Amino acid sequence: MSTSSVEAVVIGASAGALEALSAFLPTLPKDYALPVMIVVHLPPDKNSVMADLLKSKCKIDVREAEDKEPIRAATVYLAPPDYHLLVEPDKRLSLSSDDPVHFSRPSIDVLFESAADAYGPGLVGLVLTGGSSDGANGLRAVHQAGGQALVQDPATANVPLMPQSALEACPSARVMSLPEITTFLNHLVQPA
Amino acid sequence: MYNKTEDIELRLLLEAIYRRYHYDFRGYSMASVKRRLTQAQERFDCRSFSMLQDRVLHDPTLLPELLSFLTVQVSELFRDPSYFKAIREQVVPHLRTYPSLKVWVAGCSAGEELYSLAILMREEGLEDRTMFYGTDINPDALRRAEAGVFDLERMSLFTENHRRSGGKSSLSDYYTAGYGAAVFDKSLRRRAVFSDHSLVTDTVFAEVQLVSCRNVLIYFDRELQDRAVGLFKDSLIRKGFLGLGAKESLRFSQHADAFTEFSRESRIYQKRGTA
Ligand SMILES: C[S@@+](CC[C@H](N)C(=O)[O-])C[C@H]1O[C@@H](n2cnc3c(N)ncnc32)[C@H](O)[C@@H]1O
Repeated sequence: MSTSSVEAVVIGASAGALEALSAFLPTLPKDYALPVMIVVHLPPDKNSVMADLLKSKCKIDVREAEDKEPIRAATVYLAPPDYHLLVEPDKRLSLSSDDPVHFSRPSIDVLFESAADAYGPGLVGLVLTGGSSDGANGLRAVHQAGGQALVQDPATANVPLMPQSALEACPSARVMSLPEITTFLNHLVQPA
Repeated sequence: MYNKTEDIELRLLLEAIYRRYHYDFRGYSMASVKRRLTQAQERFDCRSFSMLQDRVLHDPTLLPELLSFLTVQVSELFRDPSYFKAIREQVVPHLRTYPSLKVWVAGCSAGEELYSLAILMREEGLEDRTMFYGTDINPDALRRAEAGVFDLERMSLFTENHRRSGGKSSLSDYYTAGYGAAVFDKSLRRRAVFSDHSLVTDTVFAEVQLVSCRNVLIYFDRELQDRAVGLFKDSLIRKGFLGLGAKESLRFSQHADAFTEFSRESRIYQKRGTA
């Protein structure tokens, strides 16, 4: 498996998200060579707490995504509550207040499908724990565009439904435990 | 789907809509336009954007429904109550100093934002000296704004929003309920004009003290955002106010220097006093 051309990582998580993300985001170095875009399902009023919490734990820069912001390496972008997060073809982020997808805004499918379009084979998509089927179509789109599809092992996920649904929609996705995900993401980009 | 042919077709479809009907979506955020046109494609049973283009070009009756896919009509009365609270508490004291006022709500959808401001201005005793301009490109939304009728079931959310925005009365004072609908008091739009105006293709039409344009710029690419903000800049009097959506800012705007951050939290800007 060639990892030399990876340009970006997208991650989706729902119930149990904080615990799962906390297992590996803090291990990423400050100068991590890729951008990471994340959708976490949150009630709209839980304003940006997630970004602050993760920020306090991570070396890599963590922030809430802004509309039309150019995507940069070594940065984790979180979708703001109540907005969809998309990747534009020119590799900028955009926000939208379109209707919820799978009862969710932000929706994982919306991020993954737009990112698959923008990055094609250069994308890694990862679906983590959650009690929703959001992310399943998105992960399939990542795979169909030639990107790498990963799911958290449903057997080890806090809430298995979401990785399970993603795996059903995208059977060729690689199944990994959180420690395996940690190693994988850290080795995606080898120092030259 | 990673499909470059589809991107070509998408561009051609937008070009066709523009040339045939003069609705210009070519500079919108492509990722979300594509998403919504994919839904339209399914709705109209088309296998590709090219097929959809063929249908649209030859059948003008499709246009209204297509527009409803292309423009997002999600809105609420007093959406983001803290924004309206900031207008009420921080902007209104400045507005009071003018003998007559004009307020432009750009991208007004079915009128939710304009009615919110009209109610706010009435509560603050400024209604009688204010003209409200609501503009949008979606004719159906403008018709609904003109009617001022909303689903009754949305009123509990709107009432709560209004209360949290610092509302000085009860929202129910402003509408009559019946047959599942809330009909807003006609007097609220006595001083309101709703009209078809595009931030992409039209120009400035009035000199105003306040522009409220929320959750519209996120649908535009950077250049189009600059164009729209340029219109607001030209339309605003010196020291006039520009209110944006909760996740919008002038950070990447070419016109950022023409404004100061008036309320960072609430995304309210003030046009500089100097030329
Ligand atoms: C998501 S709604 C926002 C409604 C309201 N301002 C709010 O924040 O709740 C976006 C609105 O912008 C309108 N719009 C889209 N393109 C426009 C353009 N070029 N000029 C004016 N309005 C436009 C749409 O028709 C829609 O009513």
